[in-house]
Amino acid sequence: MNRYPTWKYIFIAVVILIGLLFTIPNFYGESPAVQISPAKATLKANPELLKKVEATLQLANIKFNGIFLDASGVKVRFESPDEQLKAKDKLIANLGKDYTVALNLLSQTPNWLLNIGAKPMYLGLDLRGGVHFLLQVDMKAALDKAAESSVGDFRTALRREKINYFGISRDSQKVEVKFETEAELEKARKILSKDYPDLTYNSAKNDKEHMLIATIGDATKLKIQEFALKQNLQTLHNRINELGVAEPIVQQQGFDRIVVQLPGVQDTAKAKEILGRTATLEIRMVDEDKKDIATLEAAEKGQVPFGDELYKDREGRPILVKKNVVLTGDRITDAGPGVNQQTGGAVVNVTLDGRGAGIFKNVTRDNVGKRMAILLIEKNSTEVITAPVINEEIGGGHVQISGMDSAQEATDISLLLRAGALAAPMEIIEERTVGPSMGEENIKRGVHSTLWGFAAIAAMMIIYYMVFGGVSVLALGVNLLLLVAVLSMLQATLTLPGLAAIALALGMAIDANVLINERVREELRNGNTPQASIHAGYDRAFDTIIDSNVTTLIAGLALFMFGTGPIKGFAVVHVLGILTSMFSAVLVSRAIVNLIYGYRRKLTKLSIGQIYRPD
Amino acid sequence: MELFRIKKDIPFMSYGRLTTAISLITFILAVFFLSTKGLNYGVDFTGGTVMEVNYPQTANIESIRKAVDGIGLKDATVQNFGTSHDVLIRLPLKKEMSIAQLSETVAKALQAADPKAEVRRVESVGSQVGEELYENGGLALLLVCIGIMAYLAVRFEWRFAVAAIIANMHDVVIILGFFAFFQWEFNLTVLAAILAVLGYSVNESVVVFDRVRENFRKMRKANVIQVIDNAITRTMSRTVITHLMTQTMVGSMLLFGGEVLHNFALALTIGILFGIYSSVLVACPIAMWLGVNRANLIGDVEKKDTSKEAAEATP
Repeated sequence: MNRYPTWKYIFIAVVILIGLLFTIPNFYGESPAVQISPAKATLKANPELLKKVEATLQLANIKFNGIFLDASGVKVRFESPDEQLKAKDKLIANLGKDYTVALNLLSQTPNWLLNIGAKPMYLGLDLRGGVHFLLQVDMKAALDKAAESSVGDFRTALRREKINYFGISRDSQKVEVKFETEAELEKARKILSKDYPDLTYNSAKNDKEHMLIATIGDATKLKIQEFALKQNLQTLHNRINELGVAEPIVQQQGFDRIVVQLPGVQDTAKAKEILGRTATLEIRMVDEDKKDIATLEAAEKGQVPFGDELYKDREGRPILVKKNVVLTGDRITDAGPGVNQQTGGAVVNVTLDGRGAGIFKNVTRDNVGKRMAILLIEKNSTEVITAPVINEEIGGGHVQISGMDSAQEATDISLLLRAGALAAPMEIIEERTVGPSMGEENIKRGVHSTLWGFAAIAAMMIIYYMVFGGVSVLALGVNLLLLVAVLSMLQATLTLPGLAAIALALGMAIDANVLINERVREELRNGNTPQASIHAGYDRAFDTIIDSNVTTLIAGLALFMFGTGPIKGFAVVHVLGILTSMFSAVLVSRAIVNLIYGYRRKLTKLSIGQIYRPD
Repeated sequence: MELFRIKKDIPFMSYGRLTTAISLITFILAVFFLSTKGLNYGVDFTGGTVMEVNYPQTANIESIRKAVDGIGLKDATVQNFGTSHDVLIRLPLKKEMSIAQLSETVAKALQAADPKAEVRRVESVGSQVGEELYENGGLALLLVCIGIMAYLAVRFEWRFAVAAIIANMHDVVIILGFFAFFQWEFNLTVLAAILAVLGYSVNESVVVFDRVRENFRKMRKANVIQVIDNAITRTMSRTVITHLMTQTMVGSMLLFGGEVLHNFALALTIGILFGIYSSVLVACPIAMWLGVNRANLIGDVEKKDTSKEAAEATP
């Protein structure tokens, strides 16, 4: 009666075998590698790129251990970090900015294992080092920006239709247009509501003027916010590609947040600067009628002329710039640092898209002899980088911006412009940085806790329960094996709390075996035969095991639902650990006990430690 | 080896008054310390920045403090942590500086004071994130309680569910009381530990309740007190051994887990120690006083009972 049908043994053996296969990759180390991936969507990682990379490395006489192509790009393995760094520099020089070259660590898992999908566990940032940012998108600013752009649109539309109006102003997300007569207001309402149906229009009146008030509707608000988030995600992707990080994570969280994880990044200051900068470029005209000193001084004291805004240039001189925006950074398709042939100063070369080039051509044609201000807008600060005089009409969409402090600044600004503008400013609201040495130490700590704890439990179990204790330890070992295998299979992120959860899972899983062993002892104590005691012991303990695991499972699921970051990492392992422990503690340990005792005809004694019988 | 050589059932229920008194006193003490001293929340909940900095030589706390003071962060705390080479710097949230700038400025100042300083870990949490984590933590706790109660009410009886949850909340409050008394840092991992303990020590009550139900079926002539005493006595060996094993693992974490896991393991240790006591000696008397008896337990498992006995008769 203590025998499993053959299929059950085979099933257990197969599960353990699969567990072994998926656990093995964790024992191969990692080797330094370089990852080359296309920086633009139009480029693809293909065998040609692979050949190019191979040729570059051979030409430079850099030895490599392996080269292969996968979905994310070409990966090359090296013997030492020295070769890795040399190769990175060579590849960057040769491939240009169309490709991202990033340092990476690749598992040395052999191909036959990779082919069946066996990979080492995916380590979280606290175990491998890197930066985690949580960014909050300023949705109010996105809406303000949308309202601001309707101000320009309204102005153009009303001028086109020759409708007279007093003025247009924006009060956060409300746009007010003032008219002299009711008739003109109605005319304007008709045209605007046809051209811009997304807005809600209301009118108001006071003793002097009639006002048309346009507000952004709720549905449009949602659309704008969604767009802003998507645009920011895309921009962050682009910027991170420029940084050269292997396996970055850029994800939406909630409706207005973005998570960025950069494994292995050590220069956090640089990463923060690139991510945090919300720089966007705007081209506007300088108000040439108001450049006299008196007006500028008055403006500095707060009397800014209507329709203008006061900014400072790089020398700190005040300058009045028209509110109307000629072009924004959205129209930029490419930007790169360069040197001005005549002055030798650092410049940024900007290429505009078709529409941008057209607008730019018209504006420069109409304003020869006037100054054009190039504004760099960052969170909380706007600066006029340069305000050159337009000498002639500029066509073709190629613009050179001078006024850079250094070549480094030209590079940084080009990067920001090239990577695209953010639709709304963002702020870092959470930052977690772990240095690489700390990551290794954390792994060591987690692994040591687990192994020493396991060893101590094993010793105590065997001393106390003899053979049955040994069986429990084997089952616990299988539990550890399966847990690691499942984690590797799911590629769930393993964090330090996750490692703690592995240890805790083992510490708690032993409960099931203790329950069973105590039950078997009790049955023996009551005078049952050994075979019957095994049977009854396992059977009776099973209900209790289920009950107690379900309550633990409830706690784990709640943690998973409400936890973020480290807590979630803990919860995932905790829950998986409970599930694997049910399998190993009940099925596996029973199978082993069956194999040991189930086939003996005359079983008179079980090795389960001394049993005390009160007389 | 057999640790527990018990001849007769131990009359645990007759100690009801004593155990309840002990519970009440520890509970009131915990609440007292929680309300007077409060928890020492980590940056996860309050917002702020923690930086761990490593020096190749013994860190000079005074010069580090000076460097941090030098950039106008007078309310920063600087302390040794782990070894004499490691320093922990805590910075509260600043209105005029974003959290990203804050850690950057401090790192620069430290490196200016001593170029060998290595920033090994930075954790910065903005105020809104902290509030959310706090809220989510509370929600998780509530959900665990409701979930466990619902399960126990369905599987056993509402009296057991109420008793188990009171016993375990009492554990949680006591853990919190310890953290308040010693002013240990309460962070997200500690919260995870508390929720894990909640799930774990309910196990304890479940194992005993399982026995109580079984005994009601078997010990037809015994009264409620005898049934419960017998259930506790019979499961005592398992209770102690299991907790010993789990505590071994947690002890290993305390020894080898380093600073990050230290408070996590500490919370678990307190939880396990009090879990043994409360899930048995608090949960059972409460269930008894709530009026658990044969009728309301067996009535609810009658159908299952017959099918099980049938199964046992035919192996």
